[in-house]
Amino acid sequence: MLRMTGIGKSFLGVRVLDGVDLEASAGEVHAVVGENGAGKSTLMKILAGVHTPDEGTIEIDGRSVAFGHPIEAQRAGVAIIYQELTLLPERTVAENVFLGREPVRRGLVDRAAMESATGELLSSLGEESFGPRDLVRRLSVAQQQVVEIAKALSLNARIVVMDEPTAALADHEVELLYTLVRRLTGRGIAVLYISHRLPEIFELADRITVLKDGARVTTAEASSLDTATLVRLMVGRELDSYYPPRAAEPPGEVMLSVRGGGNARLHGIDLDLRAGEIVGVAGLQGSGRTELAKALFGAEPFTSGEMTPCRPRSVREGIAAGIGLVTEDRKAEGLLLNQHVRDNALLVARAAGTRRPGIERLLERVRLTPPRPTQEVRLLSGGNQQKVVLAKWMTVAPRVLLFDEPTRGVDVGAKAVIHELMRELARDGTAILMISSELPELIGMSDRILVLRDGRIAGELPAGATEEAVMHLAAAS
Amino acid sequence: MTQQLKLRRGGAEGSFLRRLSADRPARAVYVALALLIVLGWLLFALDGGRFLSQENIVGIQQRSAALGIVAVGQTLVILAGSLDLSVAYLISLTSLVAAEIMAGADGGVPAAVAAVLAVSATVGLVNGLIVTRLRVHAFIATLGVALIIRGALDERYDGPAGSVPESFQHLGYDRIGPIPVSALLWAAVAASAWLLLSRTRLGYRIYAVGGDAEVARLSGVRTERVVIAAHVLCSVCAGIAGLLLASRLGAGAPTVGTDGGYDLESIAAVVLGGTALAGGRGGVAGTVGGVLLLAVLDSIFNQLEVNSFAKDVVRGVVLVAALAIYARRRRTT
Repeated sequence: MLRMTGIGKSFLGVRVLDGVDLEASAGEVHAVVGENGAGKSTLMKILAGVHTPDEGTIEIDGRSVAFGHPIEAQRAGVAIIYQELTLLPERTVAENVFLGREPVRRGLVDRAAMESATGELLSSLGEESFGPRDLVRRLSVAQQQVVEIAKALSLNARIVVMDEPTAALADHEVELLYTLVRRLTGRGIAVLYISHRLPEIFELADRITVLKDGARVTTAEASSLDTATLVRLMVGRELDSYYPPRAAEPPGEVMLSVRGGGNARLHGIDLDLRAGEIVGVAGLQGSGRTELAKALFGAEPFTSGEMTPCRPRSVREGIAAGIGLVTEDRKAEGLLLNQHVRDNALLVARAAGTRRPGIERLLERVRLTPPRPTQEVRLLSGGNQQKVVLAKWMTVAPRVLLFDEPTRGVDVGAKAVIHELMRELARDGTAILMISSELPELIGMSDRILVLRDGRIAGELPAGATEEAVMHLAAAS
Repeated sequence: MTQQLKLRRGGAEGSFLRRLSADRPARAVYVALALLIVLGWLLFALDGGRFLSQENIVGIQQRSAALGIVAVGQTLVILAGSLDLSVAYLISLTSLVAAEIMAGADGGVPAAVAAVLAVSATVGLVNGLIVTRLRVHAFIATLGVALIIRGALDERYDGPAGSVPESFQHLGYDRIGPIPVSALLWAAVAASAWLLLSRTRLGYRIYAVGGDAEVARLSGVRTERVVIAAHVLCSVCAGIAGLLLASRLGAGAPTVGTDGGYDLESIAAVVLGGTALAGGRGGVAGTVGGVLLLAVLDSIFNQLEVNSFAKDVVRGVVLVAALAIYARRRRTT
């Protein structure tokens, strides 16, 4: 159905794609994987008409096409669902689905037709939790994805590109997405699926194409590959183990302790964080994971309970008490995207008024590539951006460092670096709390795991607990 | 106010109520308006007057009409994510164009109206092109156009000029029952804008472009055209206001727009009505409420003979308080 041949593209003289071939047939899920910077996004944007290729051809159903504008790609049946959703929060579901193509009757927009058509699309996707008249801003991220997919279907899309669709979803929502993807392929739609999460890829994909440094490494049947092989193909080397070894010594003194901590979203939180250990936090979306980190940090403080060394009432108090937070959304909450690496890395140190550490040494320590302090942060890959966030906190040497989804949207290579850095920090005596919705990461990294449910700690599991045990605690009613 | 609500209800098969109730800031401004009317009634009663006298209501409607028409246009550009600071000078310009072409003769009216619409549409087109093609921020683009118009006015005029025939002055002064013709004109402009926003493709796209221009672009909306169209419509509204003011004055005047403060005041009315200054959220219903709120406030001040400095202080406080309340409500929903 789709055949892209010899696609090449350069930006400002930098070759980002070099002779890449990709094909997809009707009803197939074709995963495209590779580290950040491998060229996946550029390839998909070429398919969607956002960029024009310097060389190479695109054929759809045997006919050669060239897209100068996203609309032309849409008309040819290509829909792309971006990582950052492209919906208008202040408009209704129906208005979003038909944006730019509103049905008109006697010169006026035919709301009734628009809403009933949207309703039909939603029910064909098995979606009953919201309707065509709901405002998009009141929907969850997962529901918004359904809206995006409905929009793609209303365009009669035959090739649907999904760019990191699960990045912002909780585990139970991921299952719903799988169902949706299978509904799409059941209709004979070809799905191009881009993800960093290898388990998803093996769950869904029929074929896998691996990109590295702008070139295609291979295309293979998913059943002929395993995780280790795939990782080796992506990074070009065997990662002997995914996760760095746990600490050899038992954890040290208690760096932070909470008894009966509570606020509007959290109840009766008891926990101790010790020097040298990494404590994992699991829980479904809405269980209070992020709220816990923000309460410990002072961003959304506890209103009751005891906390030592102190119960921070504000972020400044939290930082003064030696607590740092690597936020879930690094673009919105972690970084000043238009500023240089140096200004970002020194943000906390400057605000706290501590002595400035040597920036070059710091950037080398977090393995920023290249370690240039004068680069604008928005130009860095997700992995490098996260390293800058880490550097920002390392300038003040916090006693306790809280990580909320430390490797979301980060490629495999950078992920390993961040995991190693977390272990190093722990070894140097920092107490670490890590929230992750990626269970393998949680289990691989944590010395013990706290499971949250409805704002309470539902239980604690030792290192090496199974995914089933975690899920059981997180989801039990 | 009531006659406008009726017009809209009739035209939209009940969807007006649904949309208005979904539009919480618009509802809030009408609640505030109702409270202010009660307050005004009490103050007038204590002062020995009658607030809801016909004279007073007519006064409020007449004061509102010109600002109301400009503010409706301003709503369109603000919803599209832009802004127009040139409306005040454009009003002066169009009042002069109208009065000079009419030159006191009945026969000149059609040509004058056509010329005003053409001049204002052209200014809107220029604003729109500067904002979209030259990518100058609307604040600066329309400020620049405002200065250009001012320069032209200062060069040619140092006082009122031209004259309007008596037949055209009916627009400014006549009434049908208790309703001034100017209020009907405002109602018609507001109703058309409401229909445009809620029932036409252009209206939908104005919301889309103001909400997120990139999202709109990726959905196939030609965003530049939408912004240009909004600017043209806004300027045409200012031209209509210019005609109305010329009819009131009996002549054109180079300061009629700026004396009325129509630039900033129209923006104030729009945001008071709950439309987001960043675009993409709000509507005409709120703006109408915002204009009426300002007019009722004015009429209370007049009755109480408050001095103009205190007036401005209170208006400033009302505006800031209203926006603080909207910001708070949005955070909690």
